[in-house]
Amino acid sequence: MPGERLSFGIVVFPGSNCDHDAYHVCRHILGQDAQFLWHKDADLKGVDVVILPGGFSYGDYLRCGAIARFSPVMGEVIRFAREGGPVLGICNGFQVLLEAGLLPGVLLRNASLKFVCRTVHLRVENTTTLFTSRYRPGEVVAIPIAHGDGNYFAEPETLADLEQRNRVVFRYCDEEGRSTPGANPNGSAANIAGIINAEGNVMGMMPHPERASDPLLRHTDGQRVFLSMLDAILSRSTGHSPITAQGGRSERHG
Amino acid sequence: MFRARVHVTLRPSILDPQGKAVQHAVTALGIAGVQDVRMGKYIELTIDAADAAAARTATEGMCRKLLANPVMEDFHIEVENL
Repeated sequence: MPGERLSFGIVVFPGSNCDHDAYHVCRHILGQDAQFLWHKDADLKGVDVVILPGGFSYGDYLRCGAIARFSPVMGEVIRFAREGGPVLGICNGFQVLLEAGLLPGVLLRNASLKFVCRTVHLRVENTTTLFTSRYRPGEVVAIPIAHGDGNYFAEPETLADLEQRNRVVFRYCDEEGRSTPGANPNGSAANIAGIINAEGNVMGMMPHPERASDPLLRHTDGQRVFLSMLDAILSRSTGHSPITAQGGRSERHG
Repeated sequence: MFRARVHVTLRPSILDPQGKAVQHAVTALGIAGVQDVRMGKYIELTIDAADAAAARTATEGMCRKLLANPVMEDFHIEVENL
């Protein structure tokens, strides 16, 4: 039915700091419904999609994402994910998904030991997912990263499984799309920047698509992560044609 | 009462850039012979349990679930009667 909107739920942990960015994109750029989900409430409020945003949940104490993983809301997020609900973990959200066991592997300290905050190039490796159908296979996109612990590591068997089943969704590369060691900002195994679960409904990525979605900020390569979700979920329930993003903040700036 | 001392260390197969940085700093101080440095965590727990074995079992459970991530870390526990 035309006009139907998707409901995004954005989890807020103490120390989340990209929650409002994600909310802004869902609500004001895409014109969808969005609400915050407080970490202490074991209630997803009936949302269609859960986003675990970036930040420093619980001050990154113990290990990044380790404490957040046991917060009341995560029990519901895990249940939602196991039932096939779409879950996107960005940066710290990716770390939480790994700690929760919804995705395999860990994110170690960056090989350089430095916090890296800059726009990087990514190659879209799998465009058949719920989160990437709007990209072209092998397309190179520019999306920012901002993290100190983004060095993806997994056992060789796990890495082989990810590669074989096309579960590496984004890979760090240079402008020409080559995944060289020099284009790897943090030491990640096989230049991995984002992966998806075997069922295809849970994706984690270190880069921040929500920071490259508002036309006001000029970079919009991340927007299609959200638009892909709209396509997949709304067409699944209603069969109507794809939605296009709104031009920005017209409701505020006329 | 028991005191459990938990050491959480990176598994040998995991590179430890922080340990490497410390090793370089030690070498820069002019101290020779340090072959390797590995960083880890030390956690001290005070536990009310029936006996030392129960305190150890409880600590092991906490390590598996929360205190260590088995993908990248090992843990070692010592239990002391207070």
